[in-house]
Amino acid sequence: MSEVITVNLKIWRQESPEKSGYFEEYTQKITTEASFLEMIDLLNEDLNSQGLEPVAIESDCREGICGTCGVMINGQAHGPRKATTTCQLHMREFSDGDEIVIEPFRAISFPVIRDLVVDRSPFDQIIESGGYISVNTGAASDANLTPVPKEAADQAFDAAACIGCGACVAACPNSAAQLFTSAKLAHMASLPQGQPERWKRTEMMVGTMEEFFGSCTNHGECHEACPKEINLDFIAFMNRDYMKAKVKNRALSGQR
Amino acid sequence: MATNNKTVLDSRVPSGSLEEKWENHKFSMNLVNPNNKRKFDVIVVGTGLAGASAAASLGELGYKVKAFTFHDSPRRAHSIAAQGGINAAKNYKNDGDSVYRLFYDTIKGGDYRSREANVHRLAEVSTNIIDQATAQGVPFAREYGGLLDNRSFGGAQVSRTFYARGQTGQQLLLGAYSAMMRQVAAGNVELHTRAELLDVVTKDGQACGIVTRDLLSGEVIAHSAHAVVLATGGYGNVYFLSTNAMMSNVTAAWRAHRRGAFFANPCYTQIHPTCIPASDDFQSKLTLMSESLRNDGRIWVPEAFDDSRPANEIPENERDYYLETRYPAFGNLVPRDVASRNAKNVVDQGHGVGPLKNGVYLDFSAAVGRDGHDAISAKYGNLFDMYESITGENPYEVPMRIYPAIHYTMGGVWVDYNLMTTIPGLYAIGEANFSDHGANRLGASALMQGLADGYFVLPYTIGDGLADQLGEPAVSTDDPVFTNAVNAIEDETAKWLSINGTRSVDYFHRELGRLVWNHIGMSRNKEGLEKAVSEIGALKEEFYNDVRVLGSADTLNLSLEKAGRVSDFFELAELMAHDALKREESCGGHFREEHQTPEGEAQRDDDNFAHVAAWEWNGKEDLQTRHVEKLDFENVTPTQRSYK
Ligand SMILES: Cc1cc2nc3c(=O)[nH]c(=O)nc-3n(C[C@H](O)[C@H](O)[C@H](O)COP(=O)(O)OP(=O)(O)OC[C@H]3O[C@@H](n4cnc5c(N)ncnc54)[C@H](O)[C@@H]3O)c2cc1C
Ligand code: SF4
Ligand code: FES
Repeated sequence: MSEVITVNLKIWRQESPEKSGYFEEYTQKITTEASFLEMIDLLNEDLNSQGLEPVAIESDCREGICGTCGVMINGQAHGPRKATTTCQLHMREFSDGDEIVIEPFRAISFPVIRDLVVDRSPFDQIIESGGYISVNTGAASDANLTPVPKEAADQAFDAAACIGCGACVAACPNSAAQLFTSAKLAHMASLPQGQPERWKRTEMMVGTMEEFFGSCTNHGECHEACPKEINLDFIAFMNRDYMKAKVKNRALSGQR
Repeated sequence: MATNNKTVLDSRVPSGSLEEKWENHKFSMNLVNPNNKRKFDVIVVGTGLAGASAAASLGELGYKVKAFTFHDSPRRAHSIAAQGGINAAKNYKNDGDSVYRLFYDTIKGGDYRSREANVHRLAEVSTNIIDQATAQGVPFAREYGGLLDNRSFGGAQVSRTFYARGQTGQQLLLGAYSAMMRQVAAGNVELHTRAELLDVVTKDGQACGIVTRDLLSGEVIAHSAHAVVLATGGYGNVYFLSTNAMMSNVTAAWRAHRRGAFFANPCYTQIHPTCIPASDDFQSKLTLMSESLRNDGRIWVPEAFDDSRPANEIPENERDYYLETRYPAFGNLVPRDVASRNAKNVVDQGHGVGPLKNGVYLDFSAAVGRDGHDAISAKYGNLFDMYESITGENPYEVPMRIYPAIHYTMGGVWVDYNLMTTIPGLYAIGEANFSDHGANRLGASALMQGLADGYFVLPYTIGDGLADQLGEPAVSTDDPVFTNAVNAIEDETAKWLSINGTRSVDYFHRELGRLVWNHIGMSRNKEGLEKAVSEIGALKEEFYNDVRVLGSADTLNLSLEKAGRVSDFFELAELMAHDALKREESCGGHFREEHQTPEGEAQRDDDNFAHVAAWEWNGKEDLQTRHVEKLDFENVTPTQRSYK
C-alpha cells in the first residue's frame, strides 16, 4: 500500500568540473509509489519555484536499459536494491525519516560535469579501440550459414546485456573497468563471428582500458553493483585471452 | 488552414513493376565513384538504429561523416529500449512467409495509407538486415540446432520476428553503434556527443549544414556539409506521458520543418494497449508491458461503476470481459488500436480500476490455474518481475492493471522514394520520417525500418543527390546563412533565460500533454479538436510569458535544453490538431468518432483520403498549407478490417 514519507536528502552540488562541490540538505515528502527519480523531479520542481537551480541528474529510458542514469545512493552505486538501476528504484525501499545521501559516480576517469552528472566517455573510447566485428554493410552472408550453439549464443547475450552505466567503475575501490570491458570482449569472443579479430581486439581494448582506468584487484564490488549482474567470470576470461594474445604467434593464430 | 489539393508532391517512385522498382532505381541512380566520396561531407544527426547504421555505412563507403547526438554516448538512443523484436521475410520457418507477404501485411496493417513502392523495398531489404546484424555479433535467440529462432508478433500469421530475449533494440543498437565506432576509429566518422541540433541551414534552397549547441559549454556552433541526414526519432513525447525515453523530442524534425521540410501526417500516432497506468500526478513516463501478455491474460473490468472492491472480491458474474464479449473471434488478441479504444471506453464510463481508477485488469489467474505457476513464470517471469518492481503488486496473486499509452509516431518529415525531404540535400530516416507505416505500424517493424533506411537505402540514394555537386566545396560556415542562424539560436537561448516567469518547463509540458492526450489521443472528434487548437494556443502563450528557466547558458542546463524542445512540441501539437481535423475519416491510429462503422470500427474514406497530408510552414503567424500526395494502390486492394 502506498504511504507518504518524508526523507532527508543530502545531495552533492557542484556547479562545474572546475569548481569544488559540497553537500546540500533538503527534505522531501513523497509517496512510496513514486520512483526515486520522480522524487528528485518533485524536489527540482520545488527548487525551481523557489528560484533555486534544480539538481542536475541524468536519465532517459527510465526502464533500466539505456544506462544513462546512475548515482551513488548511501554509498551504493544505483542504491540498495540488487540488480536495479537508479531509475528502477522506488521509494518503497525507504522509510519515513530516512537520510539519503546522493552523490555522483566517483572515479578519476569519470569527472563530474555538474552535480550528479559525470562524463563516462572513456567507455566509448574502449569500444572504439576494438569493440566491434569488422563487417561492412552488405558483406554479410546468410545468417543461418553459420550455426551458433545455443549455449554460446546465450552466453554472448549474457555478456552483451551490459548497459554501459559505469556502476562497476564507481563501485570499485580502484575505479577499474574490467567488468565493462570483459563483458564486451566475452560477448564477441563467445561467437564464431568474433573469432578472426579476437586476439587483436583483446589487446587493443585492454590497452585502452588501462590508459583510463585503475587495475583490478578482485574485490568483486563491480558485480555486486552491476544492475545487469554481469558475471565476474568474464574478467577471468578476458585475462586468459589477454595472456594468450600476448604470447600467441600472430601469423599462426588462425590455427588455434 | 489553407488546403492545397494540387498534388505538388513528387514521390519520385521509379517506374516498373513493384518487384523491379528498387533494382531498376539502384541501377539508374547517379553514382559517386569511390575516390570522389571522400570529397563529400555528410552530416548525420541522431545515432539510434537509423542514424548509427547510416553513419557506419556511409563511413565505410568513404564519405566524410559527422555524426551528432545529444546523448552522452551514441548507445543511449531511444532505440535501446525496444523489446519485442524485428521482422524479416526470411521464411526460415517455412510457414509461407515471403517478401510479398511482409509487404502486404505492412500495407494492410498501415490501413492502406502508405506508399506501395517504399513498403515493398522495406520488405526486400529486411532479410539483409538480419544477415548484417548477425555478422556483427548481435546475439539473436537461437534454437538448439544453432539456427536463428523466430516468433510471431502483433497478430501476424507467420513467425517472422527475430529477437534477442526482451532486448532486441538494445542488441541491434549495440551492433550499429559498434559498426559506427569502428568508422570513428578509422577516421571516417567524426562523432559529436552532447551536441543538440537547433537549426538546419539552407542556401539557395539547398541544405548546407546545421547549427548545434554544445550541451556542456553552451557554445552554438555551425557545421557545413553537402548533405544532412536527420535520424532523430519520433515525437511521442508531445503527450508528455509516453513509453518513449524522457529526452525523445521533435526539435530536429520541427526545425527542419520550419526551414521548409514538409511535415506529413502528424495526426498518425500509435497507442500501445498494455502499459502500466500512471500512479501519481507527477508520473514521469509510462512503462510498456509486452503485448505478448495478451496471449494468456484475460482483460476485464468490474460491471459496477466505481467499484472499489479488490479484484479477488469481485465475483465472476460481476465482471465484464469486454473484449471477449465484443470480439468473440479475436477476443483479447484484437489489434492494438481496437484493444486501446475499448479500454478507454470502459474507463471513461466509470469502470476503471486501481487507486486512480485509470486502468483495466489483465488477469492471469485462469492461465496460472490451467498451466501452473511455473509455466506462466517461464513465459513471462521477467515481465512479472518488472511489473512488481514498479507497482509493488504481485501479478501471480492480483491481476495486473494496464492502460494504453502513446508508443510510436507514424507521422514525420515527408520524404520521397530517395528518403529526401522537400529540402534538396536534407534526408530523414527512421522514426523521424513518415514513410513506411501508413496510419498504423505493425509490431517489430520500426526496428526493421530504421535499419533498412540506415544500412540499405540511404547509403545508395544519397549518392544520387550528391553526384551533381562534385567539385563544389561545402558552403563556408562564415557565410551569412550560418552566422545569422547561429545568432538566432543564441538569441533564443537568451530569451528562455530572460522570461523568468513562475512555472517550470515540465509544468507546461505536462499540461500540454494532458491536452493532446484528451483531444488528439485514442479517439478524436471535431469539437475536441477545435478545443485543442484554442487551448493549446492559449497554453503556448502562457508558456512564452510565464516559464521560468534558471541558471545560465554556458554550463550544463537541463531545463534550458527542455525549454526549446517543449516550445517545438507546442507548435507540433497545434499542427496535429489541424491535421486530425482535416482528415475526416478514421484510419489506423487516427480514430474520428464521426467516422465509424455501426460496429464501432474505424471507417476509412478511400475516395477522399487515400493520400498523404504534408504540411508546409508559412511562418510563425500564418497557417500552414496542406499538400497532398495521392496514394495509388496498384497491387493490393484496400479492404475494411473486421475482427468480429
Ligand atoms: C518501449 C518501446 C519498445 C519498442 N519496441 C519495439 C519493438 O519491439 N520492435 C520494433 O520494431 N520497434 C519497437 N519500438 C519502436 C522503435 O524502438 C523506435 O521506433 C526506433 O528505435 C526509432 O529509432 P530511430 O533510430 O529512428 O530513433 P531513436 O532511437 O529515437 O534515436 C534518435 C537519435 O537522435 C538523437 N537526437 C534527437 N534529436 C536530436 C537533436 N535535436 N540533436 C542531436 N541529436 C538528436 C538522439 O540522441 C538519438 O541518438 C519500441 C519503442 C518503445 C518506446
Ligand atoms: S558491467 Fe554492469 S555495472 Fe558495468 S557498465 Fe555494464 S551494466 Fe553497468
Ligand atoms: S534511465 Fe535508462 S537505465 Fe536508468
